[in-house]
Amino acid sequence: MAGHSQHEPDASHGTAPASAGHGGGHGGAHGHPPEAGLAGSPWLVLAIWMILAAAGGWLLRSFPDALPFTILLLPLLGFTVLAIFGDAIRDQGEGAGACWLACFTVLTSFALAVAAVYRVMQFPAGETGWRFAQPYLGFEWIEAGPFRVQMNLLIDNLSSVMILVVTGVGSLIHLYSVGYMSHEPDKVRYFSYLNLFTFFMLLLVLGGNMPLLFVGWEGVGLCSYLLIGFWFTKKSAADAGKKAFIVNRIGDAGLILGMILAFHHFGTLDLVDLVSNATAGTEEALWQFGPITAICLLLFVGACGKSAQIPLHVWLPDAMEGPTPVSALIHAATMVTAGVYMVARLAALYSLSPTAMTVVAVVGTATAVLGATIALVQTDIKKVLAYSTVSQLGYMFLACGVGAFGVGVFHLFTHAFFKALLFLGSGSVIHALGGEQDMRKMGGLWRRIPWTFATFAVGTLAIAGIPPLSGFKSKDEILAGAFSAGWKSLFVIGVIVALLTAFYMTRAVILTFLGSYRGDTETGSHIHESPWIMLGPLVILAIGSAAGGFIDIPHFVEPALRLGEAAHEGHHAGWLPILATAIAVTGIVLGYYLYLAFPEIPSRIYASARGAARVLENKYGFDALYDRIASRVIVGGSEEVLWRGVDVRLIDGAVNGTAALAAAVARSVRTVQVGLVRAYALVILGGAVAVLSYLLWTR
Amino acid sequence: MSPTLLQHALLLSLALFAIGVVGVLVRRNIITVFMCVELMLNAVNLAFIAFSRAWGNLDGQVLVFFVLTVAAAEAAVGLAIIISIHRHKDTLDVDAFNIMKW
Repeated sequence: MAGHSQHEPDASHGTAPASAGHGGGHGGAHGHPPEAGLAGSPWLVLAIWMILAAAGGWLLRSFPDALPFTILLLPLLGFTVLAIFGDAIRDQGEGAGACWLACFTVLTSFALAVAAVYRVMQFPAGETGWRFAQPYLGFEWIEAGPFRVQMNLLIDNLSSVMILVVTGVGSLIHLYSVGYMSHEPDKVRYFSYLNLFTFFMLLLVLGGNMPLLFVGWEGVGLCSYLLIGFWFTKKSAADAGKKAFIVNRIGDAGLILGMILAFHHFGTLDLVDLVSNATAGTEEALWQFGPITAICLLLFVGACGKSAQIPLHVWLPDAMEGPTPVSALIHAATMVTAGVYMVARLAALYSLSPTAMTVVAVVGTATAVLGATIALVQTDIKKVLAYSTVSQLGYMFLACGVGAFGVGVFHLFTHAFFKALLFLGSGSVIHALGGEQDMRKMGGLWRRIPWTFATFAVGTLAIAGIPPLSGFKSKDEILAGAFSAGWKSLFVIGVIVALLTAFYMTRAVILTFLGSYRGDTETGSHIHESPWIMLGPLVILAIGSAAGGFIDIPHFVEPALRLGEAAHEGHHAGWLPILATAIAVTGIVLGYYLYLAFPEIPSRIYASARGAARVLENKYGFDALYDRIASRVIVGGSEEVLWRGVDVRLIDGAVNGTAALAAAVARSVRTVQVGLVRAYALVILGGAVAVLSYLLWTR
Repeated sequence: MSPTLLQHALLLSLALFAIGVVGVLVRRNIITVFMCVELMLNAVNLAFIAFSRAWGNLDGQVLVFFVLTVAAAEAAVGLAIIISIHRHKDTLDVDAFNIMKW
């Protein structure tokens, strides 16, 4: 490991890789030059942190209700410290302290999350087996007439899964970032954003009412924007950040409207009461049917924006402009699953509206197909994974739409592992190749970076659905859910998407790791395995991807969904796992056949199906369409109608017209003013005579 | 006071006022115009006193004192302005002071 030189995707770093020649030890393994005095830095932060943690732990034992708030506020504390003392930290050893502070806050949050979940699970369960706690911060956030928002959180089976994913995967990605961003000059900014993101994401999943959830929702959107555009001097990155932000605002408009409508009909936005009120009125479902459908659909618009579903999916692939760990954390494992979380959280509400459920299922399936097909032709390794994420999110919504909300969360859980693993693995590849992302310039890397290859392969097998890895379990259950809910057509499409998934992931692995190296020799000579701080998270995530499926998330989450009657236990068709496995194997074999055994076939297929390939390469024309809408309708309309028409003609016309009228009148009457005092006196006399005559006359 | 006397007094007042008005309108020397204004004020004063006397009400006479006071003040300010513009323009012709126009 000694003597490696790390390259950043961002070519702008000016610090020379000075880590040559140091032998072992922790300081070197972080990728920091030891002579800069960094070795002590993590230990100093650790020592301070230990003291604080000991004091905090003692306090928390006395006030266990404060535990969830502590989980929530630790990353915020990290962000605040980094934001306030950022300059000082930056001056100290290239900001290495920032890395460790950020990691420690999130790791501590993870430890506390485990403790909090353990504690909640000790609570006596209700009749449905639903265990929940609503920690209350002791004040009302908003009090406006009947609109009251408490400062409360909600920890139950569902948010437990979420906080464990957010803090667990989040910690690993923080650690990975320490290595990945080791040559980034502005670590402080990066890690402060990352910590802020963790805070908002925890707020989103822990918030006990819709407004708090919404604050988290917007906060993660903000952090997503900041981190996509982290290298904002690159125009494409700044544009991608803006695109993500704007597309998400469209979705958020729906979310806000949905919230307003929900409050109007149910009189509360507390997540527990909302579901209670909604399900209590099932007898009068006739009058509630319309509003509930409207509420669900409006909220789903928000979910579409955040979770990249058609037609608001366009921002996610572009979001790959951000640093790769950000793609793994925000745009694969956590933030983009917020929409799925919200739909699952309001599962009882959604299940009251068959229309909304159908829309969710169909949009999810359509997105799954769209993502999987576009991923077939991508050449950028991160773009493949991005479209794969779009596709897998579609799967989650498919699960929710057919009523298998628990399974949707299950897939969210397993996907967080294997997709974070795949992104981090791709980051390791990009790191090894000094920023190269084009798979056509890769190949044969498995010998040079065996750990990355091994973990990436595990992730690929997991997402492809090879038993008994996690992806197989959750995907199998989704397909079973669709099948048993009677959605035969969606089931068939789901199976096809499974095939495509196995195929494009195999393609990505083969192009990246197998075959022979196709890049330039200059880059090829520098290929190096990543440091342990990057490989460690990969290995842990690989274990999670492999074993995560054995945790029975659907049953664990079920009570929190409050679906009333015993959730339809999908009678597992015995042939389904066999079919799913066969499909996955077929996809992999097909990928092997086309890209490794007979690599000339793809280009022939490509040549013969030019039209189809072009459609896929153009991403079904969504970007072009939106560009046209934006440039022609919005920009053009603003220019021609709003600017030249309304503004220039109407508004300026009215203003200038008033002035012109006054000027014209003045021009005609100004001749009266001759400047001769005696003439004025005559007029005054005339006026006085006229007034007096009038008075005398009418007396 | 007999009605006839009141009538005569008012006729005198009217005559003075008319002379003043015509003077303001036709004379070009600004001092003459100014004196014609004073003449009109005094015509009004005469009417006030005549009515006051006819109806046995002292209010009119009180008002005359006010008018006299204001006229004195006005004479002071007016003459000062006249001196000032005479210095400026070197003439007293009213029609020469015609720059306050479009």
